[in-house]
Amino acid sequence: MSNGNTALAEKYRNNFLQEVIANVEEGEWVRMCMQCGVCAGSCPLGNAWAHTPQEIFMMIRAGKREEVLTSDSMWMCTSCYNCIVRCPRKLPITHIMHGLAHYAERMGLAPKNQPTRKFALEFWKNLTKTGRVNETSLGVKLYFIDGFVSGIKKGLAALPLGLRMFKTKRLDPMAMISSSGCKGKGDIHKILAKAKAIEDAKFQSKNA
Amino acid sequence: MSEAEMKIGAYLCKGCGIGERLDMSAIAMITEREAKAHIVKEHDFLCGEEGVSLIQNDIDNEGVNRVAIGGCSRRAKTEAFTFGDIPVTRANWREGVIWIRPDTDEARETTNDMAADYIRMAVAEVKFMHKPEPNEERATNNRLLVVGGGISGMTAAVEASKAGYPVTIVEKTGALGGIAAQLHKRVPEKSPFAEPVDTGVAELIAAIDADKNIEVCLNSTLAKTDGAPGRFEVTVATESGSTEEKTFGAIVQASGFTPYDANKLPELGYGKSADVITQLELEKLVNDGAGDIIKRPSDGKQVSSVAFVQCAGQRSDKEGHLPYCSGHCCTTSIKQALYFKQSNPGIDTNIIYTDLRTPGAGGEDFYRSGQDKGVTFTKGNVSEVSSEGDSLAVKFKDLILNEDAQENVDLVVLATGMVPNSGPNIDSELTEEEKNAEEKPISILNLNYRQGSDMPQLKHGFNDSHFICFPYETRRTGIYTSGPVRRPMDIFQAKEDATGAALKGIQAIENAALGRAAHPRSGDLSFPSFQKSGCTQCKRCTVECPFGAIDEDEQRYPQFNEARCRRCGTCMGACPVRVISFKNYSVDSVGQQIKNVEMPDEFDEKPRILLLACENDAYPALDMAGMNRIEYSAFIRIIPVRCLGSVNLIWITDALNSGFDGVMLMGCKKGENYQCHFVKGSELAQIRTSKVDDTLQSLSLEPERVETHEVAITDIERIPQLINDMAATIERIGMSPFKF
Ligand code: SF4
Ligand code: SF4
Ligand code: SF4
Repeated sequence: MSNGNTALAEKYRNNFLQEVIANVEEGEWVRMCMQCGVCAGSCPLGNAWAHTPQEIFMMIRAGKREEVLTSDSMWMCTSCYNCIVRCPRKLPITHIMHGLAHYAERMGLAPKNQPTRKFALEFWKNLTKTGRVNETSLGVKLYFIDGFVSGIKKGLAALPLGLRMFKTKRLDPMAMISSSGCKGKGDIHKILAKAKAIEDAKFQSKNA
Repeated sequence: MSEAEMKIGAYLCKGCGIGERLDMSAIAMITEREAKAHIVKEHDFLCGEEGVSLIQNDIDNEGVNRVAIGGCSRRAKTEAFTFGDIPVTRANWREGVIWIRPDTDEARETTNDMAADYIRMAVAEVKFMHKPEPNEERATNNRLLVVGGGISGMTAAVEASKAGYPVTIVEKTGALGGIAAQLHKRVPEKSPFAEPVDTGVAELIAAIDADKNIEVCLNSTLAKTDGAPGRFEVTVATESGSTEEKTFGAIVQASGFTPYDANKLPELGYGKSADVITQLELEKLVNDGAGDIIKRPSDGKQVSSVAFVQCAGQRSDKEGHLPYCSGHCCTTSIKQALYFKQSNPGIDTNIIYTDLRTPGAGGEDFYRSGQDKGVTFTKGNVSEVSSEGDSLAVKFKDLILNEDAQENVDLVVLATGMVPNSGPNIDSELTEEEKNAEEKPISILNLNYRQGSDMPQLKHGFNDSHFICFPYETRRTGIYTSGPVRRPMDIFQAKEDATGAALKGIQAIENAALGRAAHPRSGDLSFPSFQKSGCTQCKRCTVECPFGAIDEDEQRYPQFNEARCRRCGTCMGACPVRVISFKNYSVDSVGQQIKNVEMPDEFDEKPRILLLACENDAYPALDMAGMNRIEYSAFIRIIPVRCLGSVNLIWITDALNSGFDGVMLMGCKKGENYQCHFVKGSELAQIRTSKVDDTLQSLSLEPERVETHEVAITDIERIPQLINDMAATIERIGMSPFKF
């Protein structure tokens, strides 16, 4: 695999674009972008990102592998689909954003402390453990995602809300200790393992 | 025709609400007693069958030979109110009076004044209108001369031949095909617009070879061109020096373009590295490799990466660059990138552009097809191309990422532009540089016209043709330019253009044969004639005619070439001694209308403003203002003119002398983006009227009393406003002291 965007010879050459086309979900669409900037202007979060989708697509063409894959921009996508609706070239931008994030994760280049990434990992762990999301433990994890002290502070601040939720049976503290998973928990794990194996194999064969 | 033989019938329509709004019996009396129409008849619905036959009957049985109609605008019901070649005028009571005036008691009197004046004017005008007859200069040669044997010229020839007209192609080089013949393939012009396709040149040449109706003269140029539509006398000279006289009905100039000289772009590495080439040079390179393997010129290495630099020396204000976009180069680069992708999809092809322009129905599809096949597109501004080791370094500013960038490639292709082969610019002196240049622009047509050897140019050396309204109508009737000599274009557009030009040629041929105007007043039989005895040989008409229709005879009198004339009347407006006139449009036909407006005295508080309005745009806009019931001053009196260019200063002077308080002129936009139907008419009129100030001064009148405006057909709210503004100005500065 290419060792990044430092080598001058690779600038604006198609290596990274080819890599994205081959490995990123919906990545083949990147080449169809006509750089109109409509997505950048439509993304409600775009101005909070380091790079708008338009820019990310240009960076891919410019061969900026490392910069793209280590970027936290695509992790910021909230899947609002504004861009997809508006892109005159019909690029599935939202999906490409997630595809890129996923690929960066697989490559081990994703930014470690990016909050949505951390949350996504927690969510995945929580979900796949029993086959059902445990909202209580996921919520608590989320409170403590930035460490113990900040977790306690945030928890105290939200205490009245928690109590009200408890009263209206929207919060079950018992679930912290005994959660009810779904019935075929073992099967779900098998399914997930199989899916992972298929995906890995696919990836390996593409990059053999 | 003498006054005695003249019999004017005036027909006053009461339909469309006119009857309710106007005092018809009073107006009928005025028409009879003051305007002196011989027959005056009122009718409830004149454009109906009964009304029309009422008029026809008077023509057939009562000897009526002039018709003045009070009713709707001259632009409405034209079919109903056409009676063979009998001159007809209109008093525009509907669009021009009742629809633009409020229906109130106070307004009644001024509204009636308006209507009465318009019928006075209509009767006065028709007295000075005579049946036009086809001009003598009828010639019937129907062969089309096509100058240039490229795509455009060949297409014009094939299309004209298909329509049944014989054609002669005169081509400077030794073969047909032009620049298109040098191409490997061309951009597709049919769905799915995905792949480069065959140029079609061979096919066209074969069609011409097989066509007995098309004669081809290779290695030939035009040594002299003289005459007019239907009778162009052309001397065709061959390289060997022999000449031949030929006669043609019309000419299509398809002289094409010369590729921009890339040596002017050393910063882009041209001339410094053999691997920096132009688009046209790449075509050759691809042809040499039979399209399969593309090798770079310097060392024959197979190209593995190529960058296309768009707008090389184009769309730039830099000295020596072309300021315009050549229109085809973006799609051409896509096409060429696909040559590489077709030979090997692994070749990196990067098109560096600032704005990608893919005109035409399939342009966008072709762009997408390029992307789909892996051509990449980078929005960037290239500043430098230089050799770096074994490769070329392309330095540019990435306009999306907003940073300086560089790409190293094997081959760089410059998208340079097209320079029209339009011959010398007849409207400007040669610059010092041009005078000293080794290669002076060579005349294409060698016209023996007083105004110069070639077609007038508009901008950047491209030939002038009416861009906005009549794109094929050049400024030399019977000679039509087509292809990149008219504006930058691609093959598809050039073919369309050629078809249009061929059709214009046919139009000129057919109308010349009938002694009528070719266009835009197609079929008009009137033509300008001049009274030699009065002419002072001032040459204004010969200089000002926008269409070069007037030459000089041996005695240095103007010599009109009716078949070249567009009937704009610019010569009539220009003539200081007023000896130029048309049968149905003359200094008198308008002047008498001005004189026949009833002039209330100074204390009546009824000012009078004259508006001379171009009949192509200003007058229709006024009619539309009426349709929209937009009110304007009742003090205005509007006279449509063929073109503002036909306005003779005497009309303005006469109007001021006879007590008009203000004079307005409305014509089309002038200048580079002109909309004037006669190209130069409104511009010349404005130059002329700028001299009115002297007249005003000599009469001690305020300069505000005369105004010229550029208007468009869409100005249906602005024009009434301008009129009202003028009325307000008159109120402010007071009435003219010249009312007697
Ligand atoms: S879907 Fe994602 S990238 Fe698209 S507009 Fe919404 S947040 Fe932005
Ligand atoms: S809207 Fe679509 S075409 Fe436009 S810049 Fe974004 S991805 Fe590219
Ligand atoms: S100025 Fe107009 S009317 Fe006069 S000769 Fe030229 S084209 Fe004809």
